[in-house]
Amino acid sequence: MPYTLLIVDDSKLARMAATKALKARYPDWARVEAANGDEAVALAKETAFDIALLDFNMPGRDGLQLAADLLSLRPATPLAIVSANHQTEIVARAKQIGAVFLQKPLNEQALSAFLEEAVRRLEKGKA
Amino acid sequence: MTAAPPAFLTELQLDALTELVNIGVSRAASSLREMVGAQVHLSVPTVSLQTRARAIAILSEREISNLVAVHQVFEGDIAGRALLIFPETKSLELVRAITGGDLPLEDIIELEQEALAETGNILLNSCLATIANMLHRSLKMSLPEVLRGDASTFFSLDPTPQAGDVVMFLYIDFAVRERDISGYIAMIMDLPSLAALVHLLDEFIERETGIAVNTENDGA
Repeated sequence: MPYTLLIVDDSKLARMAATKALKARYPDWARVEAANGDEAVALAKETAFDIALLDFNMPGRDGLQLAADLLSLRPATPLAIVSANHQTEIVARAKQIGAVFLQKPLNEQALSAFLEEAVRRLEKGKA
Repeated sequence: MTAAPPAFLTELQLDALTELVNIGVSRAASSLREMVGAQVHLSVPTVSLQTRARAIAILSEREISNLVAVHQVFEGDIAGRALLIFPETKSLELVRAITGGDLPLEDIIELEQEALAETGNILLNSCLATIANMLHRSLKMSLPEVLRGDASTFFSLDPTPQAGDVVMFLYIDFAVRERDISGYIAMIMDLPSLAALVHLLDEFIERETGIAVNTENDGA
């Protein structure tokens, strides 16, 4: 079944690139977008989404803080943190909160692998 | 983002350029983390394109003390010079942050030149290499050179710049081991290089988004 992906990135270009990669794998999915953490939290309170893709380096709260906030609103949501900054501390913190770490620039293959695994988790949760 | 006139780039082109620089700086943070052995916080709050005169004015206004810069020349489809700039007072602080801060002052002073050159090399190379790779072009970089002076000396290095020169100017926050150091990265290029950059950015945007860009700025 089609799911809804939340894409949070302060770069419009990065959101457009993520959208293109999403459409290549799951053309029938819906998406919602936010340009920063505050917008994302406000959106999460009003709009349903199933999976989230979060940029790490954003003005205001970073992707990891946002991940924690989103998980407190919607526990067990599959999340990915996207960054070119793969310092061990950041990757470890992502893992700790149960998020997947994806390298920026995002490629279709890596995004597909994350989304497919997220779908497995969501289907299992429903079963 | 304060986009002072004249606007050299469209909103989406500036967004794309900012994203490229952010990826470059994020990668530099990962490399510096390996070198320093502690987590490095690096972020680029703003990117703007300024005329050379305006860039000198902005920097002179914000930083009244002497400045230190790591300078590298780049050549290729886009040619120019890249500078990592800090207030001179922050330069030893940067070395302390990188070396761990438990070295005696004389060692720090001795290491200053080398640590600055290496940090600059990692940061500038990472930014330029990311920009070059993602724009599918190659750039040749010179070795880093440490300079001391002020905004006008840095932006007027030989060969004498042309009146139309443009400076890509960005503020950069650098923090490691509770030391917080703000600096600047500047890329100075001439108008043909800017035109080449604009064209490459449009191609990049099209590749990334699958949407053709309205190339009204072509040949600008």
